[in-house]
Amino acid sequence: MSAPSSFVFPHRHLLGIEGLSRPDIEGLLDLAEEEVAISRQVEKKKSSLRGRTQINLFFEASTRTQSSFELAGKRLGADVMNMSVANSSVKKGETLIDTAMTLNAMRPDIIIVRHHAAGAVHLLARKVDCSVVNAGDGAHEHPTQALLDALTIRNHKKRIEGLTVAICGDIAHSRVARSNIICLQALGARVRLCAPPTLMPAGVERYGVEVFTDMKKALQGVDIVMMLRLQRERMNGSFVPSVQEYFHYYGLDREKLAYAKDDALVMHPGPMNRGVEIASDVADGAQSLIREQVEMGVAIRMAVLEALARRLPNG
Amino acid sequence: MSEHRPVLLTNARLLDPVTGREGPGGVLVAGGVIRDFGHDVVAGSVADAEMVDCGGNLVVPGLVDLRAFIGEPGEEYRETLRSASEAAAAGGVTTVVAQPNTSPVIDDPAVVDFVLRRARDTSIVNIRVAAALTKGCRGQEMSEIGLLKEAGAVAVTDGDRPVTNAQVMRRALMYARVFDMPVIHHVEDPNLVGEGVMNEGEFATRLGLPGIPRAAETIMLERDIRLVELTGGRYHAAMISCRESLDVIRRAKHAGLPVTAGVSINHLTLNEMDIGSYRTFLKLNPPLRNEEDRLAMVEAVAEGLIDVIVSDHNPQDVETKRLTFAECAPGAIGLETMLSAGLRLVEAGQISLPRLLEAMSGTPAKLAGLDAGRMAKGAPADLIALDPEMPWVVDAAALKSRCKNTPFDEARLSGKVTMTMVAGRIVHTYR
Repeated sequence: MSAPSSFVFPHRHLLGIEGLSRPDIEGLLDLAEEEVAISRQVEKKKSSLRGRTQINLFFEASTRTQSSFELAGKRLGADVMNMSVANSSVKKGETLIDTAMTLNAMRPDIIIVRHHAAGAVHLLARKVDCSVVNAGDGAHEHPTQALLDALTIRNHKKRIEGLTVAICGDIAHSRVARSNIICLQALGARVRLCAPPTLMPAGVERYGVEVFTDMKKALQGVDIVMMLRLQRERMNGSFVPSVQEYFHYYGLDREKLAYAKDDALVMHPGPMNRGVEIASDVADGAQSLIREQVEMGVAIRMAVLEALARRLPNG
Repeated sequence: MSEHRPVLLTNARLLDPVTGREGPGGVLVAGGVIRDFGHDVVAGSVADAEMVDCGGNLVVPGLVDLRAFIGEPGEEYRETLRSASEAAAAGGVTTVVAQPNTSPVIDDPAVVDFVLRRARDTSIVNIRVAAALTKGCRGQEMSEIGLLKEAGAVAVTDGDRPVTNAQVMRRALMYARVFDMPVIHHVEDPNLVGEGVMNEGEFATRLGLPGIPRAAETIMLERDIRLVELTGGRYHAAMISCRESLDVIRRAKHAGLPVTAGVSINHLTLNEMDIGSYRTFLKLNPPLRNEEDRLAMVEAVAEGLIDVIVSDHNPQDVETKRLTFAECAPGAIGLETMLSAGLRLVEAGQISLPRLLEAMSGTPAKLAGLDAGRMAKGAPADLIALDPEMPWVVDAAALKSRCKNTPFDEARLSGKVTMTMVAGRIVHTYR
């Protein structure tokens, strides 16, 4: 194992990629590489969060993100408590702020929050004394997803600067897309977006991205294809006419992937809708990084937790 | 009432917003009306009058606010007629037109009567009522427009609810014409608003919030103008917020249609960037637009294309605002800050003081058929004294309104109402 990095993350919370500098992001990625090594050992343990309490507060159901954060905290030695909305007082009408104050009184060191409303995590972070990590707020941001995507890309391409990345699918409702646009641009990549106009958010060209509605044109010569999940309730005529039509024009299959570079890599934040936004053979194919993204997810979350813990009082 | 003893306002600078005439002088008030005013109305000119020294401040007609939501009856925890009137008095608003979105809705002559009586007994400023255009403000069946007018309503509107059914709107415009009742409409297509919570565009996209397109406003406005063409009904767009709507209003006015338009003080002084990190007090309906829209609105007021400035006073308590941006209720209080906020535009040289005051007093009064907002012998003595330069910092907790949802908390404003007189009686002073 190499010497532990002395990286200092200059923020109390991780609420979004917006506001992070390139050194902030690269520092987290470097730290995450150390965490990958830990996670590949027999004894997957570190003590950087020993004695710390981490609460996973998930107002939206999530298996992979929540378990990823849980495992990350445990590998760093933290006491991890999971609170999901199904068995919380939020169901009984307690407001977000009251929940925050209640949890705060239990003196956690880090709270991981996922909420269906954009800005909810910012609101909560203003009311607590501990560090807060955004695990996804509405259609706003999902910073650890963008970081793990960047880490995965960097592992394979050895760089991010100068790559062309196409993000395809339901951009309008996607926090993953927003965080990735900001993150990839901060690291020097060129970003293309592709979606039917009904799933493209207004004013998105102001991010300095290239906007496409034709997927074959969007994928022309790209290094990375990032697919997004299409929520089931948006498939039935409200945003796109049908699953069949969506897959025909915007689903990633071998034919469309052939427009990308030969060594292009395919990513998806999961959970996938096979046959909706991505064909099974592509998802499971040689160019797919989808399973590796999950592994990097744990490493990135360890890095984020560790970086924030270094700034905690007595840390 | 101080009807038994005349009041003499002395040492004032009189300004008539309509003529723009300004000069030193005094005002003699008796029997609730202006008896005399001018440079020769000075201390000693009336023997038995109570003297009020205005300290060289401006004395102008009190403001008339065409759009304020008051919680009485039914939602007194938000605002009562009393608390709204105290906020109004402190802000220089001497006449408030209450919106019908109460519980029960003001869609019945008996409720109009109740509100007016209750206001007479508890309010320190004039309260007038805009009654519901449709029963229950549901946009389906016309309310009793004639009887509502007889009961004292000054306009008909569904307040913050749009009438989406064009046939209902068409008939209401036709019918209201018989009674010369202005129809005031909240121009917004609810289907185009959808789940939107702020102006559609880059900033909403960055915040991850669903947007409201400008077309939600302009399509409804265009439809209404066609219906005015068809019916000849007197029509007032309650609040417009974007540049595109100005073109619609301009065309309607050029065509000679009986169309007027309002804008809220918020849309003249704030833009979507003020939402910052999801500040719920800045969630408004219609939403704050961008800076170009704001500037276009200001210019439209200056040139008279927009006729009226309203407070759009909408008290929301902690429980409806202490939520995420998408989930919280829209609205901001404004009675107490509208004039001071408006003076920012005067200070910036974008609107003249007389024009600002006219859009906040004389014009809305005329529109609602009220005898208010004029500096004339025999006019009601609804007057305010104003120090247009006095600096102050807004402290939400110190505001009179029951709810503290001001978008101007901690804002530095210039210009303070130092005295408010309603029907010859001084109801507020600030030193």
